[in-house]
Amino acid sequence: MSRQSNRPTDSKKMNSELFTLTYGALVTQLCKDYENDEEVNKQLDKMGYNIGVRLIEDFLARSSIGRCQDFRETADVIAKVAFKMYLGVTPSVTNWSPAGDEFSLILENNPLVDFVELPDNHSTLIYSNLLCGVLRGALEMVQMAVDVRFAQDTLRGDNVTEIRMKFIKRIEENLPAGDE
Amino acid sequence: MADEAPFQFLHNEMIQYIYKSSENGETENGRNITKLENMGFRVGQGLIERLTKDTVRFKDELDIMKFICKDFWTCVFKKQIDNLRTNHQGIYVLQDNKFRLLSQLSAGKQYLEQAPKYLSFTCGLVRGALSNLGVKSIVTAEVSIMPACKFQVMIQKM
Repeated sequence: MSRQSNRPTDSKKMNSELFTLTYGALVTQLCKDYENDEEVNKQLDKMGYNIGVRLIEDFLARSSIGRCQDFRETADVIAKVAFKMYLGVTPSVTNWSPAGDEFSLILENNPLVDFVELPDNHSTLIYSNLLCGVLRGALEMVQMAVDVRFAQDTLRGDNVTEIRMKFIKRIEENLPAGDE
Repeated sequence: MADEAPFQFLHNEMIQYIYKSSENGETENGRNITKLENMGFRVGQGLIERLTKDTVRFKDELDIMKFICKDFWTCVFKKQIDNLRTNHQGIYVLQDNKFRLLSQLSAGKQYLEQAPKYLSFTCGLVRGALSNLGVKSIVTAEVSIMPACKFQVMIQKM
């Protein structure tokens, strides 16, 4: 009567595919809604930002990680804890600027692009731009203004995917007057 | 990916996007639901392809519906459908007593008018999955008290 479960359902993997496919459907929709890729990139970044400002709470609550002392520690937490937790991959952290305010995340494989091929007429589309928004939004909530952008992308023929992150400034907490 | 948070956040953001873009546009509610539903449809198609890759052929329609209720639902929402009913004439009602995408929202009547937004993507998922299994259908959803909801699948005879 009942169907035998004749194959182990790899729920982790399926769940990642659900996310990948859903993201793909979203990008497709955006490409339909907007005329040029620039607008799509902007919209993806904005949506990512909205996700980031919420995701950070989930992250801090579940990882019990405290405040980072410096940008290097931040980089490590992003790569080793956050990416691992949410995307199941661990990018490597490289290309530090001498001042230590800039670094790259190198993704060997980007789970967002598992089933993706970019058509020729979308050469300026930054497919995974959502990630930039997420990183920016999340870090802003812990008082760090950071510039995030894709420097390389396997979808566009590069060997690896590289996300470049640049620390801009520390956001001062604005205490209301008379409040200590 | 071990985590469902990204999907939930993404899903929320998609709903936000679709409904916000229509506020200053001319599209009405029906169009929004269609857009979300279509996105779900495409995802459902893809998922079922991956999921049924190694399974044996289905015996009949009921067998397919059971698969949706058990394996498919478990994959997407980490639980099975709680109740499956049918009139044996092509109408199936799938009831989920604690629907994943609503359970964070409310447990009662609060925000009830917002609930339909959170269901259309899933309706599409189911329709897309069925479509790739050779079953043409119309899927609708209804909620009376969150987070429980019912999906009604009407099979279209070809």
